[in-house]
Amino acid sequence: MANIPYRPDEQVPPAEVPDVHPPHPHTWIGRWVFSQDAKYIAIQYSATAIAIGLVALVLSWLVRLQLGFPDVFSFSAEAYYQFITMHGMIMVIYLLTAIFLGGFGNYLIPLMVGARDMVFPFVNMLSYWVYLLAVLVLVASFFVPGGPTGAGWTLYPPQAILSGTPGGQDAGIILMLLSLILFIIGFTMGGLNYVVTVLQARTRGMTLMRMPLTVWGIFTATVMALLAFPALFVACVMMLFDRLLSTSFFMPTLVEMGEQLSYGGGSPIVFQHLFWFFGHPEVYIVALPAFGIVSDLISVHARKNVFGYRMMVWAIVIIGALSFIVWAHHMYVSGMHPYFGFFFATTTLIIAVPTAIKVYNWLLTLWRGDIHLTLPMLFALSFVVTFVNGGLTGLFLGNVVVDVPLSDTMFVVAHFHMVMGVAPLMVIFGAIYHWYPLMTGRMLNEAMGQIHFWVTFIGTYAIFFPMHYVGLVGVPRRYPEIGDPAFITTPVDGLNAFISIAAFIVGAAQILFLFNIAWSARNGRDAGGNPWRAASLEWQTPQTPPRHGNWADELPVVYRWAYDYSVPGAPEDFIAQDDPWVQQTAPT
Amino acid sequence: MAESTLQTDHPEGLDGFVRDWSSDQRTFKRVSWGKAMMWIFLLSDTFVFSIFLIGYMSARMSTKSDWPNTSEVFSLHVGGADLPLLLIAIMTFVLISSSGTMAMAVRCGYARARKATAGLMYLTALLGATFVGMQVFEWTKLIQEGVRPWGNPFGAEQFGASFFMITGFHGTHVSIGVLFLIIIATKIWRGEFDRPGRTWLKSDAGDYEAVEIMGLYWHFVDLVWVFIFAFFYLW
Ligand code: HEM
Ligand SMILES: [Cu+2]
Repeated sequence: MANIPYRPDEQVPPAEVPDVHPPHPHTWIGRWVFSQDAKYIAIQYSATAIAIGLVALVLSWLVRLQLGFPDVFSFSAEAYYQFITMHGMIMVIYLLTAIFLGGFGNYLIPLMVGARDMVFPFVNMLSYWVYLLAVLVLVASFFVPGGPTGAGWTLYPPQAILSGTPGGQDAGIILMLLSLILFIIGFTMGGLNYVVTVLQARTRGMTLMRMPLTVWGIFTATVMALLAFPALFVACVMMLFDRLLSTSFFMPTLVEMGEQLSYGGGSPIVFQHLFWFFGHPEVYIVALPAFGIVSDLISVHARKNVFGYRMMVWAIVIIGALSFIVWAHHMYVSGMHPYFGFFFATTTLIIAVPTAIKVYNWLLTLWRGDIHLTLPMLFALSFVVTFVNGGLTGLFLGNVVVDVPLSDTMFVVAHFHMVMGVAPLMVIFGAIYHWYPLMTGRMLNEAMGQIHFWVTFIGTYAIFFPMHYVGLVGVPRRYPEIGDPAFITTPVDGLNAFISIAAFIVGAAQILFLFNIAWSARNGRDAGGNPWRAASLEWQTPQTPPRHGNWADELPVVYRWAYDYSVPGAPEDFIAQDDPWVQQTAPT
Repeated sequence: MAESTLQTDHPEGLDGFVRDWSSDQRTFKRVSWGKAMMWIFLLSDTFVFSIFLIGYMSARMSTKSDWPNTSEVFSLHVGGADLPLLLIAIMTFVLISSSGTMAMAVRCGYARARKATAGLMYLTALLGATFVGMQVFEWTKLIQEGVRPWGNPFGAEQFGASFFMITGFHGTHVSIGVLFLIIIATKIWRGEFDRPGRTWLKSDAGDYEAVEIMGLYWHFVDLVWVFIFAFFYLW
């Protein structure tokens, strides 16, 4: 086995560039408010994302109140549209994207590649503050006359900027677009940092193929985001023009309330293309970091190396690349040419191949592993199950003929909540349970964690599994109330009420989780330096939590990949990446 | 046996590529952090401009009204004759020249010729500012002739919308470039680049790389203009 490239080399190359120490803060404000330390920025990012995520959680309760008990709680249709729009937009962009890249990316990339900080700490700090501004603009839209936009998270024109849609002729849509533009600017500043840090600031011995998959996932997702967000940026600018300057990029000739509007000649379909050219990569921007993190969680907690590491890396990269040529599968019902549908269905189904490879490799990593059913592992396992489920419904939707009747039904809602809602959230939870000891030096409370896990796992299934059925029966999405139309032959009122109750219980469990985070920061069990006995570099820092500058005077030197678990003959069941241990007698 | 990575020669071609990508520390061996960051930013910005142009082209194709004849709309009335695209030709010429002066500044920067570098950068900034000035003139002229984002007397209303959006976005890029050119040139002129110590623009005394990074941005903005020129004015 001696020639496998992730085995320790005899020599580690000398340092190519001098060690750069990140700027030291001199003031209280520089340390605790405008901090330039990636670890602190990560916590700021995560806290903000979770805070705004709570708003989205409450909005989802309101949506479920309406859907589950339309006779008791009857919101106006306008309010309902505002709830679903803001819920979706916040969850996808301001929570998931921000926490994976801004949160985990900032915390883990420098530590995992052995850097002292991101390459441009000041720009990195700006990234957070622009993000915060984007969030505040978003929040402000709740308080302006007319309220936030109710255009749906896809913001399709022409309705998004017409008076029939909440916020369309008020400030709601304007603030939404501005907030997105700010988000993109802020993200770009952070994203450039993550990419350059991975490419150019690794420590001695850290080759790309020795990086933990977490870094690979976040890195690829960041590159994708840098190439996909431009489409959303341009779409937002153009729509802002349409709304504020009465241009007609996306606006055809329209008659509203018997009156012809000044618009004419634009194409709403162009917006859909731009939106989904961003939107489909976006779902993988969320999924790839989750893929990477979950691989590491499974490996650490099953005490086994990741099965097929190289294949996992290539699968991440290939999924990233392919996801730029599948976007129109969201537009099968937009009236496009059948050959187009054929093309996009083919590319869409091809993505299932590398995705399936990843799933098999997770299973083969678990196979005959020494599985510890710790909280991170439980969440990782639930991710795999949930993701497979969502991927299977993706195969239904990827086929044009099957999608046409299913499009715009609750089936689609169930699909993407499984695959993009619950699955990545499970990884986020698992990752927090896993890395909280590194960030605070204490363990999260196990009992609360178990309750949180089981309620969330069973609860989300109770929510979204029946929702597939609701969709198959024919219930369309984005309707506050459908009454008793003739095309729905089996009533689903009872099911809807059941789903709603499950949603409230799951929501309550998240409050317990947040309480756990706060409570354990003071009262948690002392974690020691490496509670999971993990091999990757972030656990090998001289102090836990790592100090400013991450490492001691010398940067760590890396001798192996991040997955040396249960190596026969090794003194312990893991070998840290910076451990120069070599097998004396070759294993037979 | 893993091949020793201690070798110091730089194999060319595919071998070098493979070696760099499978090495530790840095993937692009002779590229600094700042330069890598600028390249990646420009890649992202390329997508922004490409999508702006694609958006404009699709609007141009989907609109039902006729597209105005650009060589008439953008003509200057000089000495009793209408010269099509005269102003744009001058603007293009100015901007391309500024790329030349920028390239000279980069060269002087590597020679650490303090005054020449700063001077050439000021000249580049001046040419850039001239470009923006002429753009302001062009905007004023069109606005006086009744071109608005929501409509114009010459034809399809998407014409004005795309025009203001794309040239405005490009002009903003040029203006930001001018601003940074002046900042960096002034710092160089004052000798800050020759003093030791790390700042946000340099790693140590005599590190003039910021000039080259600035140059990357500037050439990019020029290149984008060539595409705007081709797709908006000439088409
Ligand atoms: C092999 C895997 C997948 C396939 C074949 C697939 C296919 C599809 C298709 C065809 C649609 C459009 C349905 C319609 O509107 O009629 C859709 C919607 C969606 N998918 Fe997937 N998908 C897959 C995986 C994923 C993943 C991994 C994520 C996220 C992490 C995701 C997130 C979404 C979202 C958010 C929507 C709904 C967007 C909306 O209309 O609001 N999908 N999927
Ligand atoms: Cu998609």
